[in-house]
Amino acid sequence: MSAIQVTGLTKRYGELTAVDDVTLSVGEGEFVGVLGPNGAGKTTLLEMVEGLRRPDGGQVEVLGEAVWPRNPRLQPRIGVQLQASSFFERLTAREQIRTFASLYGVGGAIADEWLERVGLTDKADARVEDLSGGQAQRLSIACALVHDPELVFLDEPTSALDPQARRNLWDLLSSLNDTGRTVVLTTHYMDEAEVLCDRVAVMDHGRILQVDSPAALVRGLDAPARITVAPGSLGAEEAAAIPGVAEASEGVDGLVLVTREPGAVLGVLAAGDHLAGVSVQTGTLEDVFLALTGREYRA
Amino acid sequence: MSSPTRSPFWALSIAILRGFLRDRASVFFALIFPLMFLVLFGGLLGSQEQSKVDMIQVGAVPFVDDLPDDVAEAFAQTFDVSKGTSLAAALDEVRKGDADVAIEQQGDRLIAHYTQTDQVKAAVTQGTLRAFVDGINVVETGQPPAYQLVTERVEDDSLTTIQFVTPGLLGWAVAMSAAFGAAATLQGWRQSKLLRRLQLAPVRTGTVVGARVAVTLTIALAQLAIFLGLGAAAFGLTLTGSWWMSIPLIVVGTLCFMAIGLLAGAIAKTTEGAVNLANFLVLPMAFLSGSFFPLDVAPTWIQRLSDLLPLKHLNTGMLDVMVRGQGPGSAVVPLVILAGFAIVVTALAARLFRWETT
Repeated sequence: MSAIQVTGLTKRYGELTAVDDVTLSVGEGEFVGVLGPNGAGKTTLLEMVEGLRRPDGGQVEVLGEAVWPRNPRLQPRIGVQLQASSFFERLTAREQIRTFASLYGVGGAIADEWLERVGLTDKADARVEDLSGGQAQRLSIACALVHDPELVFLDEPTSALDPQARRNLWDLLSSLNDTGRTVVLTTHYMDEAEVLCDRVAVMDHGRILQVDSPAALVRGLDAPARITVAPGSLGAEEAAAIPGVAEASEGVDGLVLVTREPGAVLGVLAAGDHLAGVSVQTGTLEDVFLALTGREYRA
Repeated sequence: MSSPTRSPFWALSIAILRGFLRDRASVFFALIFPLMFLVLFGGLLGSQEQSKVDMIQVGAVPFVDDLPDDVAEAFAQTFDVSKGTSLAAALDEVRKGDADVAIEQQGDRLIAHYTQTDQVKAAVTQGTLRAFVDGINVVETGQPPAYQLVTERVEDDSLTTIQFVTPGLLGWAVAMSAAFGAAATLQGWRQSKLLRRLQLAPVRTGTVVGARVAVTLTIALAQLAIFLGLGAAAFGLTLTGSWWMSIPLIVVGTLCFMAIGLLAGAIAKTTEGAVNLANFLVLPMAFLSGSFFPLDVAPTWIQRLSDLLPLKHLNTGMLDVMVRGQGPGSAVVPLVILAGFAIVVTALAARLFRWETT
């Protein structure tokens, strides 16, 4: 059984079609990312799946239940982190998560365990207004998970964080589906989707362009690999003569070889003892986005 | 589990109450600010008695000097008499406002030179002097007076300024904190998407609204207790028979002003805008509803206009039961009017309500 089944989902705001005929299926225990630039319609899609917005067309089924109108059977089974940090004003971190726990009939001890799990025990008595961006996001995620939901939605949990805080949060996020929980996350960071998600739905202008694992998406690109060899190790003409190398040129970091057969080329390089300082770069989700939309990806 | 699970209603109520108590500005405007007015009106204005009329006696004035002892005593309660050297100097003092009246006697004519600057004192001076002259004239005839005037105050002896200002200021304080609380909560929660978040939790809307109402009612009843406690302890406030009817009045009044706050919160796009709009509605209403000064002397059209304002009915109801000694039944009409306002305004706010500001 799939955790989420979305069929032909559409939402219009006047002239703008925010979500355009989206069909998507998420399996139980999957970690799925919805990736796209700001304004792609990710949040609107998520809010319709959560049951916060009424779709103009199409169907949504979550954990075998209808989401609209407000479905009381569903609410205890899903956890939601909204884009903004939705907190009660002037409460401490502990009071905050305990309040949310009470809404789900969960005791304070479990709430405290979650504080510890997201690394906020020493900030338990700090008011939410005094938390850093990363700490607030951790608390927000803990509040979404305190009742141990089967399915959790995270709307851009790492946006507005600096790169360091973002990477710190990845450890927490990647552990969320360890116990078989289904996770749906929206992000506009390519690297984040690549690291965290089992499958990625690439979204732009309200449409889902492609859904697959990050590796399969990149493979599907059929993009050549770029092998960079340390400067001075190998001449450009010599490199261009290696079978499988389509192009060789001097770059900033050394000699760059473009090839569709990186394995064979690396073999030749190894035999010639040119592997010192070598790096291989295959396609990224950026390339996938470029290929799918014809535009450079800009978050 | 070691720690007990709170019910959603309690958890929400405690969260909202904590949020209020930790917001110094909210506490100040709900409690301290109105109390400052109570101290101002009750303490300063309440103790102010009508000062005596300063009278300068120029030359010999046998009328004043020869008053019988008991009459002279009554005369001294109204006039503070000092001797002047010349009429010109005395008139100059009256003109400058250092004295209120200069008096001289020419034969059997008593001449009072008074200033109209202070109209009350001018009236007191003329009226009182005339009364003394008439009284002495009657005594001179040797006949008993044909009529006697006996004056008695209608109100209880304890009726002082504090009695009149406490119910009105309390009405204003309750209206202000109820309207601001509702407006700020609705807008703040909408902006932070907390409303959305709560919509996705397994709590009924009634529980969320109920918790917010319960907290506001608690604050309003605390305001009532503090006002009455401080008024009684520090300023000699004395409550009359059915003052307890002020509790239902406060409860229904709070609901009514929460509805006004909800309306402001539903219309405005930012938290500041919502609070400003609530202020814009409540502050002029407080002036027009007799919260700061009695409306008895206001023009008729203002009095008619004030009948359209819920705060006027809250103030009147509380004045009746708290200090005018009216029976509990006198609160029924204000209660019905306030409840009607609450229902209509809530319905209007519900129609204008949007989940999000966009």
